[in-house]
Amino acid sequence: MSSRTLPLLFINLGGEMLYILDQRLRAQNIPADKAKKVMNDIITTMFNKKFLEELFKPQELYSKKALRTVFDRLAHASIMRLNQASMDKLYDLMTMAFKYQVLLCLRPKDILLVSFNHMDAIKDFVKDTPSILSLVDETYRQLIEMYTSLSHGEFQLIRQTLLIFFQDMHIRVSIFLKDKVQNSNGRFVLPTSGPVPHGTQVPGLIRMFSCTGEEVTRLQFNNGGNYTAGLREGSFEMFGDRVTKLGTNMYSVSRPVETHMSGTSKSSAQHTKQVNTAPNPLAKEELNLLAKLMGGLEVQKTGNADSGFRVNLFATDEEEEEALITRPDELSYGVINIQATKDHQANAELAKIMGEFTESGHQSPSASSKGDDLLAMMDGL
Amino acid sequence: MYHKEKSIQIKNSASALYNNLSVLRIAPRRLTYFTVVHANVVNMVSASWDGLNYSHRQLQSKEPNVATSTSLIMQAAFCVLPSRELLVITSQKGIQMYESDGSIMVYWHALDTPETPSAQAVFARGISAVWENYICVGVSSGSILVFDVPSKGSNITLSEVLEEHKESITDIASECSGSQQCIADLVSADDGGNLCVWKSGEEFQLLNKIPGFDMSCSSVKLWKGTVVAGYGTGQIRLYEAVTGILHAEVNAHARWIYSLDIAPFSGLLLSAAEDSLVRVWHLTVSQETNSVEVAHLHNECVTDTQICGARFCDGDGYAFAVTGYDLSEIIRYTQT
Repeated sequence: MSSRTLPLLFINLGGEMLYILDQRLRAQNIPADKAKKVMNDIITTMFNKKFLEELFKPQELYSKKALRTVFDRLAHASIMRLNQASMDKLYDLMTMAFKYQVLLCLRPKDILLVSFNHMDAIKDFVKDTPSILSLVDETYRQLIEMYTSLSHGEFQLIRQTLLIFFQDMHIRVSIFLKDKVQNSNGRFVLPTSGPVPHGTQVPGLIRMFSCTGEEVTRLQFNNGGNYTAGLREGSFEMFGDRVTKLGTNMYSVSRPVETHMSGTSKSSAQHTKQVNTAPNPLAKEELNLLAKLMGGLEVQKTGNADSGFRVNLFATDEEEEEALITRPDELSYGVINIQATKDHQANAELAKIMGEFTESGHQSPSASSKGDDLLAMMDGL
Repeated sequence: MYHKEKSIQIKNSASALYNNLSVLRIAPRRLTYFTVVHANVVNMVSASWDGLNYSHRQLQSKEPNVATSTSLIMQAAFCVLPSRELLVITSQKGIQMYESDGSIMVYWHALDTPETPSAQAVFARGISAVWENYICVGVSSGSILVFDVPSKGSNITLSEVLEEHKESITDIASECSGSQQCIADLVSADDGGNLCVWKSGEEFQLLNKIPGFDMSCSSVKLWKGTVVAGYGTGQIRLYEAVTGILHAEVNAHARWIYSLDIAPFSGLLLSAAEDSLVRVWHLTVSQETNSVEVAHLHNECVTDTQICGARFCDGDGYAFAVTGYDLSEIIRYTQT
């Protein structure tokens, strides 16, 4: 549908990912310098110039599986490691959060404001590092250039495209359940109260006119809800009050996040999306261009083996293991977790681009030793 | 005024698309067909009037070749012509026309899709039967394709391309198909809220253009010479088709309107929006005194659901059906 959806999907999901990782890094008491490095590395990778160039090209949305691959790699762009169960949970949380934001937006154009809320928070994460800050600013500029001139109808098309992507996802998120924005069947609460969107009138008035344009009759009707007048419009500039709270950070150390896998409603289990291509029995990674680019962007690690660490999205290791075993089949993303995949030889042209990413003079230590041909790697699975 | 009936379960949930429900009543066989779009599939249900028999069928979007990515469907609608009934499905790749039971595809028209995706999306959306033998389909470029449909067989041809809209077509509607004479028998709407009023024929004639105010018109109907249009702001406006005179303006919904329908014999109007509400109104159009009246009759709230399709199941508006995003059922209501 809309060929301008992918940048918004990526940036908003990325933003949610950073909120969650930030919360988990604090909750696990990871030393501040390591935590900062992880956040900086991920943000640097997210807003890499070449990557963004590819991202902003007009294109159809990726499948859930393909996009998951990109985020798998993004999450591993630094010294942090996640087990499959944690990565699954992270992705569930990210997607349900953005689905919630897209659904609850008062009007389609507000999705851009939600994106700016994420961007504002990301900017705050890296405010002490000018080099990364400039990458973030550049991304703002690209967003403004691409989206601020779009019509309301075009934004609705983007929203409809996103809603197809999120169709039938009803994973229950603890924070949403507690705040009563999600029902126990996994569906979000859509209130029939609150402010109407900017540009909309509170429903209830019928006006009838004569042929000369004079108002002849006014009638009121019961709108069945409890609406109030619209708020002012949020800012679509680099700085400003976005007005909407959607897209701001809802996590904190005291509000941990859990998802519920068991008891996902019967309907969501039965009516799984049928959009995809022929079933892939070997569950190979879909190596789309974005994922390949992401794979080559791994930021240089220090040689010290101790610097790496694992983050757990669950309260204990046992819970994490349990989650992996009990994850319902229909919720599997079908992605093989190939960590630290390097595709240096997948594509001659890409290899050239890759060369521009690795620090000058510093070939990543495993590049030559692995030098795995993509196909060979697949065959070895 | 209305009460909820037993819902019809469908195989997939409805996608968030404008006018995402089409209904065809087949009186001789005491059946009603319903179609609901889910991504690249159309779910068709045939429901017997006694409520005992339901049969399901799924139609896929046609791919020019297997290697290309799945084409998403924008709309599916039944087109009723005097001689025959067809099911028209519009997608990112083109337009498919089937016999009304979905059994055989009788026609395929491919859209010009560029090699590499362009910033402007390509798709077909907006479907209506017009007069005795035409089916009109809108395109994302703003063009309207007019197909000439013979009374039987698959010799359907593209008769004309109407280039008046500059923005993507959202919906097309007609009245007076084959029965009475009307001055205007077709209205088309686009993403900018602009409306074009036409007279069908060997060469379609543009009778009037009603400007939008940069607010998308997602659903439009034509009845007794009156255009009824639903907008993204939640407003419904009634215009006299040929002159463009604004007869009435209703602050109808708190969110984007997704679907409008009119029961032609009773003048009942159905509106449905993202705000979870379906509203029933009564229209009185007096063409002699040139006056239009709108009265609000009834509300139904489909809790926690963004509605994407609402249609009367019969010409009197005795019953109506509703679909919602992520909902795998067709909800039905009947007059008490």
